[in-house]
Amino acid sequence: MSEEVTTVKGSAWRLVEVGRVILINKGDYAGKLAAIVEIIDHKRVLIDGPISGVPRQAFPLARATLTPIVISKLTRGARSGTTAKKWTEAGVDEKWAKSAWAQKIKNREIRWGLTDFERFQVLILKKQRRYAVKKALAKAKKSA
Amino acid sequence: MSAITKEIGGANNGGKRVIPTNKASKWYPAEDIPALKKARKTPRPTVLRASLQPGSVLIILAGRFRGKRVVLLKALEDGTLLITGPFKVNGVPLRRVNPAYVIATSTVVPVDSVDVSKFTSAYFAQEKKSKKEGEAEFFGDEEKKQKKVISEVRVTDQKTIDTALLAEIKKVPALKSYLGSSFSLKKGDKPHLMKF
Repeated sequence: MSEEVTTVKGSAWRLVEVGRVILINKGDYAGKLAAIVEIIDHKRVLIDGPISGVPRQAFPLARATLTPIVISKLTRGARSGTTAKKWTEAGVDEKWAKSAWAQKIKNREIRWGLTDFERFQVLILKKQRRYAVKKALAKAKKSA
Repeated sequence: MSAITKEIGGANNGGKRVIPTNKASKWYPAEDIPALKKARKTPRPTVLRASLQPGSVLIILAGRFRGKRVVLLKALEDGTLLITGPFKVNGVPLRRVNPAYVIATSTVVPVDSVDVSKFTSAYFAQEKKSKKEGEAEFFGDEEKKQKKVISEVRVTDQKTIDTALLAEIKKVPALKSYLGSSFSLKKGDKPHLMKF
């Protein structure tokens, strides 16, 4: 059936599939990205991250999160060289860096690393923002 | 034992005699007097942590000024730290604090221009009170009524230090209000993971 005829759509779920990029949550490579190369069983997959520095390994899905990024052209059981090539072609790192998720992680790390004085400066800036927002809101309410 | 030779008169006395300078005691103590133990160890000078450099901003953790952010002026010879608020900013006077009860932050106020040579531990030594006699001392009514007067020297010293420090503090935006604010742990703060 062609697309024009049917209105039925697949789910928007992120699937465990070959080429799916995952974010590792636990273990030595926590915080790094890797691509699924082969599905071992319903709990484990073979992953590879030649660009991100994750060695090829069987990995439990419980210790990873699926990202919306998929390397569409990755073939099943692709070796490290091919994976690296397809990874860069698909622009995984750029897509990841742009995502709100990656930004959030980055900001969280920055906030954790702030010194006492920098934390105080953040406090002041937040206060100023709050003041500006409230002022604008009050003005809008008055005019309405 | 040292001895001296003395010349002795009289033909039959041999001319000279050796006399000890310290005469031996005529009697022997009945009980043994314990010999004092000699201390072989000398106190080592205190070594402060590397983060406690002159000018660094500290957070005081204990005492009346707990939570205050203050400036470290120098380490005194008695192992304490000389600090000040400055007094004009947060009310913490020139004071000695125990380095164990402070957190050193990475913020540094340049204090090269501040002259702190006159401050030693002797400067902070308390004046001895003249003892009163009789009932007045016992009840101590008079003393209670009199408010503690801060000496002129202390006030002027504080002022000179404050002006010199404030000139440096004003160069960095928000630093003055930072020193004016006090530190406290908020919900979710993990002090062992926080950077200071």
